[in-house]
Amino acid sequence: MITVENITNGTVIDHIAAGRGKRILGLLGIEDDYPHRVALMINVPSKKMGRKDIVKIEGISVDEPHANLIALLSPHATVNIVKGEKVVKKFNAELPEKLSIGRCPNPDCITSAERGHEEFIKDGEFYRCAYCERLFKGNELV
Amino acid sequence: MIYMDMLSMRDLDKETIETIFSRAQKAERGKSSQRNGIVATAFFEPSTRTKLSFQSAAERLGMKVIDFLTETSSLVKGESFSDTIRMLDNYCDALVVRHPREGSARLAAKLALHPVINGGDGGNEHPTQALIDLYTMRKEKGKIAGLDVVLFGDLKHARTMHSLIYGLAMFGAKITLISPEGLEASPEFVKSIEKRFGTAISSKTRPDFSGADVIYSTRVQEERFADKYEAKKVAERFRLGLDDLEKAKKDVIVLHPLPKRDEISQEVDSSVHAKYFQQAANAVPVRMGIIEHCLEVEK
Repeated sequence: MITVENITNGTVIDHIAAGRGKRILGLLGIEDDYPHRVALMINVPSKKMGRKDIVKIEGISVDEPHANLIALLSPHATVNIVKGEKVVKKFNAELPEKLSIGRCPNPDCITSAERGHEEFIKDGEFYRCAYCERLFKGNELV
Repeated sequence: MIYMDMLSMRDLDKETIETIFSRAQKAERGKSSQRNGIVATAFFEPSTRTKLSFQSAAERLGMKVIDFLTETSSLVKGESFSDTIRMLDNYCDALVVRHPREGSARLAAKLALHPVINGGDGGNEHPTQALIDLYTMRKEKGKIAGLDVVLFGDLKHARTMHSLIYGLAMFGAKITLISPEGLEASPEFVKSIEKRFGTAISSKTRPDFSGADVIYSTRVQEERFADKYEAKKVAERFRLGLDDLEKAKKDVIVLHPLPKRDEISQEVDSSVHAKYFQQAANAVPVRMGIIEHCLEVEK
C-alpha cells in the first residue's frame, strides 16, 4: 500500500480513468515549475473502475468550468475541493455544452491556420468544430 | 442591422430554402427587384461556375461586383485570411468567399459585418451548389420528397456531396451512396444525418442504378490513390456511360456539379438524361435568390 499525505488547501481529483492523470495535470496548467505539492497516483486499485488515477494538488481550487474540461479526458472524475484539510465541496466533472479552448484536430480547418477562434459544440456523444463542422471525441480536443 | 449569412446547409431549414427557390423562380421570369450595392467575390482557390455565376447574379440584380484576386493581392505579402476579410468587408455589401480551408466562410462571417456567402470551404460544404442541385431536381422531376437519388463517385472529399446529402435528407429523398472503397462518406457524418432527419441512407461500393430517379456523379480523384493502376481501374468502374443508363429508368436524370472530366462518357452529354448543363444554368437564378435573401433577411 502506497500512502500519500493529505493536502491542506487545494483539489483532489479522484476516479480518473487509468492513465489520464498526467494529461489532466497538463490541462490544469501544472508544469515542472509549479511551486506547491502535487501527487499523481497511477493505476490505483478501484472496486468500481478496476484501476484509476488520482491527483492531489496543493494551492489550486479547481472551478467547475475547468472540471468540465477534465470530463473530456475522464467523464467519471470527481473533484474534491479541500480547505483546512477538509473537503468543503465535491462535484462530478460534466461534459460542457460548448468549449472555447482546445485545438481542432483537423489540419485543414481554418482554425489550424488562424488561431484564437476555436469553438466546439456538443453534438450527442461527440463535439462538433464550429468552423469545419467535423465531429470529434472530447479527448481529441485537449 | 445584421443580415443573414449563407454558410452551411446545417444552418438552413426548409422554409428558408423554399423562400430562396421562390426568389429564383421570380428571377427566371425576370421579375427580381433591382437594387444597389456591391458584391465582393473573394476566391482563394480556382473557380469557374461559382464565381462567374455569382458575379452574373449580382449584375442581374443591378449590383456592382468587385473581385479579389489572390495573385495580385497583399496575400502574396503574407496578409492573413482574417485581415483580408476585415478589409474587404469595408468595401462591399456582401461577400462571397471560397477558400481551401474548412470553416473559412464561418470565420469570415464572424469577422465581417456584411453577409458572407460560402462559395465552398475546403472539403466541408458548398451550400449554394446544393441549393442549385435541389432546385434542378425539383424543376426536372417536380418534387424532391420520395425521389430515389444515387450519389455516385468520391463521397469522401467532395464538399458538394456533404451539402447535398444534408439537403436531400431534409426534403425526404431516398438516398443511396455509391463510392469506391476508401472514398466513402464519413460514417459519423452519415449517422448524424440519419439521426437528425430520422432517415436511412443506403451505401454500396458497386454501381447500381436500378430504381434511380436521379444519378448525381462526381469525379473519382485518381490523385487520392497511392496505387495509380488501382486508381485507373476504379475510375473506369465508376465511369458513367450510356450503357449504364440503358439499364436504369427511362426518365432518369444525370447531374454533376462540374467540372467533369472523363467520369461521364461524352455520349451521355447529348442524351435526354444529361441535365448538368441546365443545372449550371440554374446557378444564376438560384444565386440571385441567395443574394437577395442574404441582403433582406435579418439574422
